[in-house]
Amino acid sequence: MLENSASSDFESTTHVAEPETSGGGVRPQSYRHLRRLVVLAAAAVSLLPLTITMVINYVQFRGALQAEAVEPMARLTLNTKKSLELFLSERRSGLLFLAYDRPFTELCGQASLTRVISNLNRSLEVGTFVDLGIIDDSGNQLCYSGPYELEGRNYLDQEWFHEVARRGTSTSDIFLGFRESPHFAIATKNDYPDGGFYILRATIDAEMLSEQILTTGLQPTDDVFLINREGILQSPSRRYGEILTPIPLPVPHYSPSVEVVELKDDRGQAIFVSSAYIHNSPFVLVQIKPAEEAMGRWFTLRSELLGFLIVSVGVILTVILWGSRRLILRIREADERRTALYHQVEYSNKLASIGRLAAGVAHEINNPLAIINEKAGLLKDLVTLSEATPPRDKLLGIVDSVLSSVARCRAITHRLLGFARHMDVQSETIDLHALLKEVLDFLGSEAEYRNINISFDVPEDLPTIESDRSQLQQVFLNILNNALAAVDNGGTIDITLESGEDHTVVVTVTDDGKGIPETDIKKIFEPFFTTKKGGGTGLGLSITYGIVRKLGGEIAVKSKLGVGTSFTVILPEGRKV
Amino acid sequence: MSGLRVLFVDDEEELVSAVVERLQLRGIEAMGATAGADALRLIERETFDVVVVDVKMPGLGGLEVVRQVKAQHPTLQVILLSGHGSYADAEEGRHLGAFDYVEKPIDIEILIDILRNAAAATERVDR
Repeated sequence: MLENSASSDFESTTHVAEPETSGGGVRPQSYRHLRRLVVLAAAAVSLLPLTITMVINYVQFRGALQAEAVEPMARLTLNTKKSLELFLSERRSGLLFLAYDRPFTELCGQASLTRVISNLNRSLEVGTFVDLGIIDDSGNQLCYSGPYELEGRNYLDQEWFHEVARRGTSTSDIFLGFRESPHFAIATKNDYPDGGFYILRATIDAEMLSEQILTTGLQPTDDVFLINREGILQSPSRRYGEILTPIPLPVPHYSPSVEVVELKDDRGQAIFVSSAYIHNSPFVLVQIKPAEEAMGRWFTLRSELLGFLIVSVGVILTVILWGSRRLILRIREADERRTALYHQVEYSNKLASIGRLAAGVAHEINNPLAIINEKAGLLKDLVTLSEATPPRDKLLGIVDSVLSSVARCRAITHRLLGFARHMDVQSETIDLHALLKEVLDFLGSEAEYRNINISFDVPEDLPTIESDRSQLQQVFLNILNNALAAVDNGGTIDITLESGEDHTVVVTVTDDGKGIPETDIKKIFEPFFTTKKGGGTGLGLSITYGIVRKLGGEIAVKSKLGVGTSFTVILPEGRKV
Repeated sequence: MSGLRVLFVDDEEELVSAVVERLQLRGIEAMGATAGADALRLIERETFDVVVVDVKMPGLGGLEVVRQVKAQHPTLQVILLSGHGSYADAEEGRHLGAFDYVEKPIDIEILIDILRNAAAATERVDR
C-alpha cells in the first residue's frame, strides 16, 4: 500500500487534534452567538468613530455658536458700561469744577446755587441735577437749592457721608429718601486749606440712569438693567420688574471687565447673563438674554446633528443586522453543505465497506455452495450412471455433507445479518473484543489464504464501552483492511486491547508491514490522501478519524519504516457526544 | 475417452472427494489433494494429464502451484479453479501457463469438456 523507502530507521508519530473532518452539525446557538459577535464588532467599529466625531462636532459647534451669540451681548454690555461711567464721571467732574472754581461761601447763597444748577444742567444737556446742597464736616446741610425743603438737615449718621469723608467722592445706590421718589446722589469732598472740609452733594433722578441705558441702542427684546451689590434693581427690568425690587439671580462676582455666564433662572429657563461693574459706583450692569433666543442657530444645528446621528445609526445598524444575517446564513448554508457532503462521503465509504464485505461473503459462501453442487451432482450421478443401487450409508453421507454445507452458509448469512442489524442503533454496550472478532470474521479468509497470523492480546477484565456499534465496525474494518494491505503474505497483525487512563479502552493494531514514511504519516488522516497505486479514494482513514472523534475518542498512528505500523484508538467507556 | 488422468486440488476435502468420485463415475482416472504441497508431491510420484487447482488455498496457492508445475513439467496442463468473478487471478494464471479456468460451483460437463480439450492440446504438442 505504501511505498517502501530503504533509507532510514526513524520512527514517526502523528496525533491529529483538530476535528477538521468531524461530521457533526453545528448547534443553532453557536450561530446566534457568532451573529451577536459579528453585530457587536461591526457596530463598535462603525458607531464608535461616528459617535466620537459627533461629540467633537457637538462640542465645537456649540462653542463656536455660543461665542457668536455671546460676543455681541458682551459688546453691548461694554458699551453701556462705558456710557454709564462717562455719564457719572461727567457729573462728578461738574461738581468738582464748581468746588475748584469758587469758595463755598460764594456758592452758599440761594440765588447763586440755583443759578449754578441751572448752568450745570444746561452744560450737561441731559442728566439734570434735581438739587444741590453743601454740607459741612459735621454733617449739617449748610445751604440747599432744590424743590424740597432739606436745608438744615444733618447727614452725620448717613453712610455716604462717611464714604465721601473717607474717599473724597461717592455715588449712592438708588433710594427714595425724604422725597419718596427714586434717585441717587453724587457727592464730592472739598478740603479747606486750613483743615476741615465741606461736601457738594447733588441728586439725580433714577430715571436718568434708565434713559442713559436706553441710549446705547438696545433691541426691543434686550433686557438691560442695573442692580446694586445686594441684587436690588436700580433700574426697571423687563423680566424682573420694577426698580428697588430684588432680582432672583445671584449677584455676579466682581470683575474689571465684562463677564458672560450661562445659568438657569428662577423659572428654570436657561439664560445668558452678561455683567459689568460700573466704576466708582455701587452699580452693576446686567444684561439678560434667554439661551433659546441667543442660541437659536445652535438649537437648529443641534437638531440637525442629532437627526443625522440617529439616521446614520439607523442605517448602519440596519446594514449590519441585514449583512450579518446574510453572512451567518451563508456560513450556515456552507456548513450544512459541508456536513451533507461529509455524510455523503461517509455513506459512500460505508457502501464501499459493505461492498468489500459482500465480496468476502460471496467468496466464502461460494465454497459450501460448490460442495452442495458437487454432492447433489454426485447423488444424481449415482442414480443415473451406476447400475448398482448405492449403499444406504453412502447416500446418507452425501446428504449429511449437503446439510453441513448448508449450515456453513447459514452461519455466514447470520453473521452478515448480525453485522448489519445494528446499523441504526446509536448507543449500546459493546464488548470490543467480540466486535473485533466479528470484524475479523469477514477479513479472516483473506488472512487465511495469505497466511497472515492475527493475534489477540486481551485482558480478562477489559471493561465494556458505551458506543455506536456500526460506527466502530467501520473504524476497525478500515484499520484492519489497511493492516492487511500493508503486510506481506505470511506477515503478522497483533491486536491488543487494554484499559487506558480516564476510563478509556485502548485498541492497538500493529502490523509488521513496510511502514509509512515520515512525510506521509503527517497527511495520513487528511481526506484524499492515498498511496494506493491506481487509487483508493483517500477517504478511509479521514473518515475513520472523523468517526473516532465523533465517538469522543482519539486515534494516533506510529510507524517505523521497514518495521511496521501501529494504529492506536482510544475510546471512552461512556459515550461522549 | 478413457485413460485420462486428472489430479483435482482444493482445500475443501468434501468438494475434492465428490468431484473425484463424479469424474471416476465418468471413466476418468481422478485423484484428489487438499493442499498445494500435497499436489506437487503427487505430481512427482504419479503421472497426470491435467491438474485442476483452486486459486485460493491456505499455504501454497493455486498460482504458485501453476508456476512450479510449469517449471518442472511444461507439458502438464493446469486448469485453475476460481470463485465467481476472480478474473484477475484467472488472467494471471493464464500468463503463468495455465490452460484455462473453471468457475465454482462447477458444472461437471463443462469441466470434463475443458479437461478433454486440455488433454487434446497436450497430445497435439506431443505429436
